[in-house]
Amino acid sequence: MTSQDNNAQDGEHEHIPFFQRMLDNPFLLLFIGVVMPTVFYILWGVMEIATIPIATY
Amino acid sequence: MSILSKSRICPETGLFFDDQAEKLIKWNAVTGVVFLLVGGAFGVLMALTRWTEVHILPADWFYLLLTAHGLDALIVWIIFFEMAVLYLASSTLLKVRLAAPKWAWLGYWLMLIGAVITNVMVLEGDSSVMFTSYPPMKAHPLFYLGIIIFAVGALIGTFCFFGTLVLAKEQKTYEGSLPLVTFGALTAAIIAVFTIASGAIILVPTLLWSLGYIAHIDPLMYKTIWWAMGHSSQQINVSAHVSIWYLIAAIIFGAKPLSEKVSRMAFLFYIFFLQLASAHHLLVEPGLSSEWKIFNTSYAMYLAVLGSMIHGLTVPGSIEAAQRKKGFNKGLFEWLRRAPWGNPVFSGMFMSLVMFGFLGGITGVIMGTEQINIIMHNTLYVPGHFHATVVAGTTLTFMAISYFLVPVLFRRELWLPGLAKWQPYIYGLGVAGISVFMMAAGTLGVSRRHWDNNFADATLGFDYPAAAHMFLALNGLSGLLAGLGGASFCIIMVGTILWGKKKGDVAATEPAPAPEPAVHQAGSAGSIAVPGTFVLALIFLGSFILYYYVNWKYLSEVWLLS
Repeated sequence: MTSQDNNAQDGEHEHIPFFQRMLDNPFLLLFIGVVMPTVFYILWGVMEIATIPIATY
Repeated sequence: MSILSKSRICPETGLFFDDQAEKLIKWNAVTGVVFLLVGGAFGVLMALTRWTEVHILPADWFYLLLTAHGLDALIVWIIFFEMAVLYLASSTLLKVRLAAPKWAWLGYWLMLIGAVITNVMVLEGDSSVMFTSYPPMKAHPLFYLGIIIFAVGALIGTFCFFGTLVLAKEQKTYEGSLPLVTFGALTAAIIAVFTIASGAIILVPTLLWSLGYIAHIDPLMYKTIWWAMGHSSQQINVSAHVSIWYLIAAIIFGAKPLSEKVSRMAFLFYIFFLQLASAHHLLVEPGLSSEWKIFNTSYAMYLAVLGSMIHGLTVPGSIEAAQRKKGFNKGLFEWLRRAPWGNPVFSGMFMSLVMFGFLGGITGVIMGTEQINIIMHNTLYVPGHFHATVVAGTTLTFMAISYFLVPVLFRRELWLPGLAKWQPYIYGLGVAGISVFMMAAGTLGVSRRHWDNNFADATLGFDYPAAAHMFLALNGLSGLLAGLGGASFCIIMVGTILWGKKKGDVAATEPAPAPEPAVHQAGSAGSIAVPGTFVLALIFLGSFILYYYVNWKYLSEVWLLS
């Protein structure tokens, strides 16, 4: 077997790191990109506003 | 099964153009430029009205045109152009037909109809509620409906971009990871989805409120969710224009990023953290906790800023690496001196990079720090900052890439090339002036969105320092200069499309050149020293640290602790 064949075989079974797979998945990135600000900015913020006590006269 | 569609290979650049994608790029870009012309003209009137001695507009027209200026220049022009960027970064760079072109056209028409409706409502005079339209100020229902229709159109266009990525993957038109420019456009598209969803969450109930179906909209709730749209929409711009910086570096110099992985991580920081920076608009709101404010700004936002600083290092670094490979190795800066400063594609892009970092980036961090934000919150400093990010950063970048794209798309030579050579400098200088002088006036306390800087109608009089009026006058002069530069850009673009000399078809025997691999493929420049870029980065860091601590000094004086 030539070294070229070896390289080709290595390429086929190359382990793709988790972060690389994440970066190569546009829809996973879309999910993260929507969930992060929704949780940390919108939901957290809205919960704080909703729990402000109502003024009494 | 691949669906056949018409396409062409550009004889000069070797770029692939799907017929429908090409038409959509043209229509979106040209429509954007029309709105830039309208929004820019209103902007000049704003600058002249703020100039105390000129004060050209009456109060009602000032607020009316300020609303229209914000909508057209900050949203409509930029989102139309971003649609063109998304179609270019997907269909052209991945060499695949556009997915669902009929939907993409529907998106275009919805955006246009929405933008026209909102503009008409503002110009009729009963929707002068500013770009932010905070309740209890109420606009005409069609004002909100127009923005919603525009956003739906933009969302459709964004999903056509995602569909095109799927198509390219299926048809294996690229190997391995997405090219970096397309990855940057993907970042912009992801932020766009969140932005538009947030807009729908708040603007649909606001529309119902304006129609009388909902009795009350809580102002703080509105502001919180509105800014998830309002500020994130500007983060779409950042991602898009940074992608174009990489694209221009690749086109002009054949530059590859210093480290593709690091640049990709910087875009990932944007996806994770950039949208959280919206919180800096709410740093003085008493209803939100310090924990919420500090997490979203001083922690999350700084990671997004780190992303921008990485791009700010790697884009000029990639240019330096490419120039040094060509033999421009003398001293620290021969690579920069020998760059094509007469080419508006490069000069516009590089000025945009410098001004975005030094003026927009540093001041953005200052405003995102809870303690020192109070010094300039809701002053003219805020529009000064975002004119550096959105106008010097995004608009100047979009102008720069237009000098490349319009001749390629319309097959015509650039009209008035002599003027085109100077236009980025005229516009850039004007915008830098607008930004610096508005921030200077803001530091002296001049309020934003305020027609009467002499407080002539106020019951209790107040005088800004004389220097503030000088800065407002300089802002007016800078506005005129930027207006001249903006008008020149529009004239050159329209002239190129209508009267530019037609490019002859290259004979079939002459093959198109292979496009720069840096545009179409993932990959790094390899190990090459970039000392000039590191010196520039150190100057940037020195300026950043100095300005940051100067503002803490200002704060200590506000508290009378000095």
